[in-house]
Amino acid sequence: MTAQLAVEAISAGEAWAFWILGPLAVLAAIAMVVARNAVHSALFLVLVMLCLGVFYVVQSGPFIGLAQIIVYTGAIMMLFLFVLMLVGRDASDSLIEVLRGQRVAAILLGIGFAGLVATAFYRALLDVPAQGLETANARGNVHAIAEILFTRYIFAFEVTSALLITAATGAMILAHIERRRDQRQTQPERMRARFAPGNYPAPKAGPGVYATSDSVATPARLPDGRYSERSVPQILPKRQLTEAEVAPKGTASPFGRSGESAGPGPVRRGGDSAGNHVSATPSVGQGGEGR
Amino acid sequence: MQPGYYIVLAAILFTIGAVGVLIRRNAIVLFMCIELMLNASNLALVSFGRMNGTLDGQIMAFFVMVVAAAEVVVGLAIIMSIFRTRRSASVDDANLLRY
Repeated sequence: MTAQLAVEAISAGEAWAFWILGPLAVLAAIAMVVARNAVHSALFLVLVMLCLGVFYVVQSGPFIGLAQIIVYTGAIMMLFLFVLMLVGRDASDSLIEVLRGQRVAAILLGIGFAGLVATAFYRALLDVPAQGLETANARGNVHAIAEILFTRYIFAFEVTSALLITAATGAMILAHIERRRDQRQTQPERMRARFAPGNYPAPKAGPGVYATSDSVATPARLPDGRYSERSVPQILPKRQLTEAEVAPKGTASPFGRSGESAGPGPVRRGGDSAGNHVSATPSVGQGGEGR
Repeated sequence: MQPGYYIVLAAILFTIGAVGVLIRRNAIVLFMCIELMLNASNLALVSFGRMNGTLDGQIMAFFVMVVAAAEVVVGLAIIMSIFRTRRSASVDDANLLRY
């Protein structure tokens, strides 16, 4: 460094920021690589990117720092999360090693590479002071960046637009599903197929629902355990369903059929003690009476 | 502390990303590792620009961001179309051209 160049002193605050956020970024990066769940990986990567955004702001680049936070953590990582949710949570890694010893070799290679590059840079840049961006940023960082971007880098900037348009077109082509005209299903056809006999139109019960039937014909239970006939809508038999489908379906306990004696489930107890035969009758018979 | 520490940090982050590309199997996680490598190079560019006293490093980091955004859009679309045909996002399962 020649003497006439300005040398920027690094403030203590910047050193603090570096020594806090630098290890945090490294730890988050390692956690991103080793996390089994891809969603956790994405969130750790968000943490790394936020740390880097702070580094850019600290290094007198507020525009690039905020662009990092907005574009990377705001747009790109959300795109990643969208695709993760589309692909599914089962997208976790397999533990099978296709090439034997590849992981160990990769980690050793990485440690060696990091040691070489980091020590080389450290030794090369140990005595190089930062000139700082005070003169370059004299009229504001955004102003200065715009000045360079639209003069010296104007051609690269224009090429960027072509790149972005190409990327958008490519993504649209890749995500598009081509369907031939004769295979296309109209909406009325889809409706009829949905309500045709043999297809169950309602959504399936969610996980953890304690019922053996998810039909709307399943009657609700009264406080004493009997089935409430009024809870089954009377519109049901009018649909084109078979007798068995229309019939009220009891919520059988998982240990036996509903209405059988000695049902161990707590739900069953009320009906049994009451001795009520409404709940004890098999459900198919009631459907005929209800009509 | 020296400004060269940022470069060392960038080298470490880049290496972690490269190791992640080597050891992970999920295509989306591979993409995230590539993003980490690009981010590390961005950090190096910004730090070099500051050490040189010019804003060119920040401009280059800006362009890297744009290219990364385009790359992610196309790459994720490719992953989605592979997933649609193979029902898997693992890079080991996409072996149709292997034999």
